[in-house]
Amino acid sequence: MTAAAAPFRAKRVLPGFTLSLGTTLLYMVLIVLIPIAALILKGAEIGPARFWTIVSSDRAVAAFRITLTAAAIATAFNAVYGLLMAWVLVRHDFPGKRLLDAMMDVPFALPTAVAGLSLTALFSANGWFGQVLHPAGIPVVYTIWGIALAMAFTSIPFVVRTVQPVLEDLDPALEQAAETLGATPWQVFTRVVFPAILPAWLAGCTTAFARSLGEFGAIVFIAGNLPGQTEIAALLAYIRLEEFDYNGAAAIALVLLGFALVLLIVSNILQSWAARHRRATA
Amino acid sequence: MRPPARSGRALIALAVVLTLLIVVAPLVYIFARAFSAGWQVYAANIMDPAMLHAIWLTCIVAVIVVPLNIAFGIAAAWAVAKHRFPGRGLLVTMIEIPFSISPIIAGICYLLLYGRQGLLGPWLREVDLQVMFALPGIVLVTMLVTAPFVAREELPLMQAQGTEQEEAAVTLGASGWQVFRRVTLPNIRFALLYGAVLCTARAVGEFGGVSVVSGNIRGQTNTLPLHVELLFNDLNAVGACAAASTLTLIAVVALVIKAALETRHG
Repeated sequence: MTAAAAPFRAKRVLPGFTLSLGTTLLYMVLIVLIPIAALILKGAEIGPARFWTIVSSDRAVAAFRITLTAAAIATAFNAVYGLLMAWVLVRHDFPGKRLLDAMMDVPFALPTAVAGLSLTALFSANGWFGQVLHPAGIPVVYTIWGIALAMAFTSIPFVVRTVQPVLEDLDPALEQAAETLGATPWQVFTRVVFPAILPAWLAGCTTAFARSLGEFGAIVFIAGNLPGQTEIAALLAYIRLEEFDYNGAAAIALVLLGFALVLLIVSNILQSWAARHRRATA
Repeated sequence: MRPPARSGRALIALAVVLTLLIVVAPLVYIFARAFSAGWQVYAANIMDPAMLHAIWLTCIVAVIVVPLNIAFGIAAAWAVAKHRFPGRGLLVTMIEIPFSISPIIAGICYLLLYGRQGLLGPWLREVDLQVMFALPGIVLVTMLVTAPFVAREELPLMQAQGTEQEEAAVTLGASGWQVFRRVTLPNIRFALLYGAVLCTARAVGEFGGVSVVSGNIRGQTNTLPLHVELLFNDLNAVGACAAASTLTLIAVVALVIKAALETRHG
């Protein structure tokens, strides 16, 4: 910008600010915020006493417990598997690496119903994996392990894709220095590498957990959907709708929405911590 | 990067085996099962009228939703990445909301707004507009669920590219549209394409939200993923896998485009 032009130009150099922000806000309000407001209004209409009766009923509590437990199992798996994948993809070179990297995006692109159908067939008693696991006394389909499996599959990309860029930025000189000073590979990992990737790893785990709590499509195929045993919260809300019990559905949905928003905020805090951490160590 | 030591090779082997079991096997299984009874059965399954209708309906939904979400994605990325304004961080978080809420919740929200007993229910009945259990409802809920996809691919890229090139173009007298078409778009086109394909894959694959608002009327409001479930519940596994194979193909196309994109940009 030339000095002569500056006084005549508005504060913003690039055009289209009002148009693009206006479009974004309009879309957000119409498509996302008003529908969510409708749910919250419905919750207010139910009233606290009735709300509490619904969400503290045995069936609802069991559904929340099952959802949280399975999501915790799925996240624990992805915390380890995602870290392993990120490490292998960043720190090693081997034939087929690009393909392996591309595979990490499959759960993003594959419809959840397809994932559910496929996993159910693979792990059922006569499926490719079920044939081995079933006689060994590990029934996956129609158990909480099946729910955790479906959740784990659909949330695979989150940990890998948040840890990968941070690992790429990490200066190998730090690790070499630690090695020169006599650290074992395990010490190098736990004392040098892991502290550097910790914020990103936690952020990835949080997003994976949030995604698992909300998963529905993949789970309804594999879970068996038995109330109190393999019925997840999202399904219970769905069943309440089918019974035209809109209060029941709204109350359960509101609890899930609360979880989702809290986790979104936690994940954003972790991500900004990760970004600051990354600048500090890079 | 060092050549893998023995421990490195063990880690690579573990990573490959786990990925083959968890990610590749489900992908391969769909096609293996869909074609297990031969090409003729596969073709017959695909040509089934209910299946064709589901494919048709799913395509219509995608054709409406994807361009709108591309426009939203570009607008959001342009506003957030190229400008500074108060509440910018909040807006970025808000754009992520559809990712973190369950599609079921999205469906319930829409039902409470547009359903017969919903907030707008009486008004919709007056003007005789059917939103729920019809195409508009399916389109709206799919829009919500897939809203962030394009924005999310564009945002980090446009932020990393900064505003210098665009500012130079403006200084040289380019109009807003010219700046976007000649400067910004060429820089982001591959990310845009990937975002659009990913958005398409998710739009055609949306299950939870659509199953709340569609009413699953066979041959009317049954989209492809709902048809997969319907055939699965009918114990027609081969048919379900045939339906699923069409959806899987779109996912594979998305991944191929992403791979091509990364080859170009390293």
